[in-house]
Amino acid sequence: MPAPAEYRLVFKHIDEPGYTNDIECYQRHGGYEQLKKAFTMKGPDIVNEVKASGLRGRGGAGFACGVKWGFIDPTKNTKPVYLICNADESEPGTFKDRQIIHKDPHQLIEGMVIACYANNVHLSYIYIRGEFPLGAKILEKAIAEAKAKNFLGKNILGSGYDLEIYVHRGAGAYICGEETGLIESLEGKRPYPRIKPPYFPAVLGLYMCPTIVNNVETLCDVKHIIAMGGANYAKIGKPNNTGTRLIGVSGDVAKPGYYEFEVGSLTLGQLINDVCGGLKNGRKLQAVIPGGSSSKVLRAGEKYKIKEKQADGSMVDKEIGLEDIPMDFDTMAAIGSMSGSGGVIVIDDSRDIVSCLANLSEFYAHESCGQCTPCREGSLWMKKITRRLADGHGRVEDVALLKSVADNIAGRTICAMGEACSWPVQSFVAKFKNEFEAKGRAGKGPAVAATNGH
Amino acid sequence: MSCKNPFNHDITPADAPLLNVQVDGQWVQLPRGLNVVEAAKRVGKFIPHYCYHPKLSISGNCRMCLIEMGTPKMGPDRKPIIGADGKPEIGWIPRPQIGCATMISEGMGIRTDSPMVQDCRKGVMEFLLINHPLDCPICDQAGECKLQEFSVEYGNEDSRFVEQKVHKPKQVDIGERIVLDDERCIMCSRCIRFSREMVNDDVLGFTQRGSHTTLAVHPGKRLDNNYSLNTVDICPVGALTSKDFRFKMRVWFLKETKSICTGCATGCNILVGSRENVVHRLTPRENELVNSEWMCDQGRLGFHYIHAEERLLQPTARVNSTTLPVAWDDAFAQIRDRIKSYKPEQIAIIGSARMTNEELFLLAELRAGLGGNAVLTDVVPRTGEADGILRSADLNPNTAGAKLFQISNDGKNLAAIKDGIESGRIKVLYALHEDPVGDAGLSESALAKLDLLITQKLLKSHSTDIAHFSLPGASFAEKRGSMINGAGRLQRLNKAIATPGQTMDDFEILLKLRATITGGNSLHTIEEVFKAVAASIPALSGLSLSKVGDLGVEVAPAAATVTT
Amino acid sequence: MSATCHDTQDHVELKPEFVAHADELISHYPVSKRSASLPLLHFWQETHGYISNQAVEWIAGKLGLNPIQILELVTFYPMFRQHPAGKFQIKVCRTLSCQLGGAYELREHFMKKLGITKVDEHGLGISADGKFSVEFVECLASCGTAPVIMVNDDFYEGVSHTQADELIGKYS
Repeated sequence: MPAPAEYRLVFKHIDEPGYTNDIECYQRHGGYEQLKKAFTMKGPDIVNEVKASGLRGRGGAGFACGVKWGFIDPTKNTKPVYLICNADESEPGTFKDRQIIHKDPHQLIEGMVIACYANNVHLSYIYIRGEFPLGAKILEKAIAEAKAKNFLGKNILGSGYDLEIYVHRGAGAYICGEETGLIESLEGKRPYPRIKPPYFPAVLGLYMCPTIVNNVETLCDVKHIIAMGGANYAKIGKPNNTGTRLIGVSGDVAKPGYYEFEVGSLTLGQLINDVCGGLKNGRKLQAVIPGGSSSKVLRAGEKYKIKEKQADGSMVDKEIGLEDIPMDFDTMAAIGSMSGSGGVIVIDDSRDIVSCLANLSEFYAHESCGQCTPCREGSLWMKKITRRLADGHGRVEDVALLKSVADNIAGRTICAMGEACSWPVQSFVAKFKNEFEAKGRAGKGPAVAATNGH
Repeated sequence: MSCKNPFNHDITPADAPLLNVQVDGQWVQLPRGLNVVEAAKRVGKFIPHYCYHPKLSISGNCRMCLIEMGTPKMGPDRKPIIGADGKPEIGWIPRPQIGCATMISEGMGIRTDSPMVQDCRKGVMEFLLINHPLDCPICDQAGECKLQEFSVEYGNEDSRFVEQKVHKPKQVDIGERIVLDDERCIMCSRCIRFSREMVNDDVLGFTQRGSHTTLAVHPGKRLDNNYSLNTVDICPVGALTSKDFRFKMRVWFLKETKSICTGCATGCNILVGSRENVVHRLTPRENELVNSEWMCDQGRLGFHYIHAEERLLQPTARVNSTTLPVAWDDAFAQIRDRIKSYKPEQIAIIGSARMTNEELFLLAELRAGLGGNAVLTDVVPRTGEADGILRSADLNPNTAGAKLFQISNDGKNLAAIKDGIESGRIKVLYALHEDPVGDAGLSESALAKLDLLITQKLLKSHSTDIAHFSLPGASFAEKRGSMINGAGRLQRLNKAIATPGQTMDDFEILLKLRATITGGNSLHTIEEVFKAVAASIPALSGLSLSKVGDLGVEVAPAAATVTT
Repeated sequence: MSATCHDTQDHVELKPEFVAHADELISHYPVSKRSASLPLLHFWQETHGYISNQAVEWIAGKLGLNPIQILELVTFYPMFRQHPAGKFQIKVCRTLSCQLGGAYELREHFMKKLGITKVDEHGLGISADGKFSVEFVECLASCGTAPVIMVNDDFYEGVSHTQADELIGKYS
């Protein structure tokens, strides 16, 4: 079956010839009309539309956006509410938000103003990763443009509603994508994720006030939910997996790139083979990391057992292959991985799989904030073991050791970084056990390392 | 004054409602407001932890206190499902939770030692040790190191780590009194939180990140506040060590004696760490009504004088310009023979608010024997600035006692004593634990006019050199007795070490001197003296030294409290 | 590895415009000026090249903080430098998609072309003339066009070795 056509909602104008990132172009394309519409609604009604849309967060965890907003009850608290746009896009394999920020920044601003209005927010920040200096400039320009036209600032469009948005740049830390780490960073502290309980952002967020942290794509979706209504938005995609999804494909495919599809409308096989033109240089598929580098790897040829809902509502057990996996939140979770941040990394059969894991383990060791013991110590240990294995200094027992170290991290840390660093290790080692053991057998064992522990 | 802690996770209000909690299968009732670590502690279950400290904010970073927990299973009616035992059925959470940040709730289940919990602890112990130097034999923390302790209790037998360890700065001089070994630091952040929350001196921080995270001070800034050494106490490992104590003595040789600090009127509860009659360190001892778990550096380090070279070790008597050792009994007899020819008005006593109640009581009795209130008496007041934490403006530990026994006249008599000596009206001075010149402000020439100067103190000085009788007394670490702190709390000193040389416990000196001068003695032991004290003071009636206990008792604070 | 600031920079005189812009940045954080720590660090580094001891102390003073609270950030975030790097800083994305796209070979190519043989503890190598520095950075979020690099704030995608040579020429 050929892949369905792209459904471009958020990416509608991305790369459209002649489309520029200034406010005039945005308005020529109907920009800020949804904001005007939103101002005819009451905040709680907007929240209800978002709830009805079934929108799930596009940052990685896939938490229902309306539920997240629902935790904030402006009638119950006397503190100000803050909204932060998480533009820290730093999950390896993910490169969707960059497109929005660079090419259609006003879409994000409009979504943010609507979201802020809905939740009675008057001060909001866009936390953008430090490695996007141009993106930060573009957003600052967009904010100035929006302010000049009174889509932002005091008494927006005569509504009596005030909102300021500021751009806040990170400085090279994956952990700032974790919402409580981000909040600490925005407070000017080391971005150590907070313990939950008690520091749930909805209760004790920025400056210990209720805070909403939403991904760039999620906030753009809010604009489209206002445009079409929550119920109509919910018709896109699948139940509990509504809307569209931005998907970035990288690695060993012929046509890597970013795409937008209805959630679950295409399979991983269609994505790789039809959309992305199959493997590069006629190679064969070895593995796929389906939802950003921390999602569990899928091995070519694997079979998964899923339950498929039939037309009559009954559930039927079904066995599917990797290429048959529909790209939605629930199925990705059911087969033991996750759709995460929508970043798909394809690895062909010419690649040394151990070296691929070593690369990721190095990333996580570099990005561990060091606050809590298992991640701090375990991520660097896993880096050292995988590096040794990849470089020919492994031992057979390293394979079991790696798994054990990862098992001692996952579920025991302050934030999800524990899982992020251990899931790749657990899944690579489990699914490519032979390859890892072969490396161990061929290895010379640990040499006295020349490095200073790095 | 009780200590204002930023947090008191181990204390709940007396009226806190009780919750039913299952701990390791046993249902118990515990007050609302406790976290799981504290709740378990109350039923005798120890949950190991590094970063958690009951008096500091909760950071939850060490992950050593991971436990298994559950909440009551709810039925369709949203009420707890009751099991066969009549207790709520518990739905256990498959993921471990940190005990320090988990508050107990009604019907909660806690497993402090399940296979999952044991596995978590083994994992955390291994992680903490992989980059930690395994050189315990040369580490100053050995013997009181939580890594060592928990490694034995909860850790693995073997190391699986074959990589190079991370190296970090060693022997970093971060303050006047503290050395940091970053390789030993487990990044629990207790010291950072203490400095920030307790002392408001935010000089410590973490630099770098990940496994390379390094505890540091900013160049040019130092951890020099007067509470800095508490960070050494709360450091669970050998990262922060006291320059004063490090490498002086292995801690397992230390005998720990419960006592109180005599550095000011707060009377912080302490442990005197000694070995073979040498005091090596003082550390704070928990008393929520006084100092919580802390003490100031001044108090902590203010003990070295007891082993000073100038310590007087035997009684001496001066005849003309010759000072010679004298036997105690001879000294007492000679003092009696010489003092009895003077009228009360010709005698003055400078006592000290650093003396114990027992000593002050006996001194008051001796004064009565010498003629009572006609004998001009006072103590030397010492005042500084209260710091709002522990340090009192009154730098004498027992001003309240000195007043209670009417030895103190708030220093107002000192001028009269000085005048009296200078004018020749006062011929005899008995100065106890205050140097007539250095402390009481008399001149050397005035002292020279005295017919009889008796000093009773620890350290040699000009005054003791020219004293007709120098009676070497005992330090706070060498005696038992009691004092009343600035808040009116009666507390005990305990004897940690023997009095050196020929020195004698001051209560005994006073007892013998009194018996020699006034005749008769029904008191022999410190307990007997205390009983006599208690009998004479209504606020203390019915008390004995043993009843005072390790934490002291409040004794009519209004009457005893001194203005500071 | 050391926690100290390496003050190889002479004390810089701060221009009134610099201070004014710093104040403007602080005004973005009406609730807590400590939040302006990162913006001020970025601004200092953009203006003066790297974060000196003076920078740490000035920013701390400006925000009413203890210097350690700024040093904690400087040493946490890899984008802040305590030493000068090259005039043109080549940052090669190292992470998986770029590795698959040849990032390691690309970095090697840059190093060789620029004659860099030594790197510091953070992996930064500087050319002898100080014009270029080369380092790996983690994922730059453009995985579909690997390998990607940044030269200062400029971003380049799908960089071949030929393009790499051209870039060196362009910035020389």
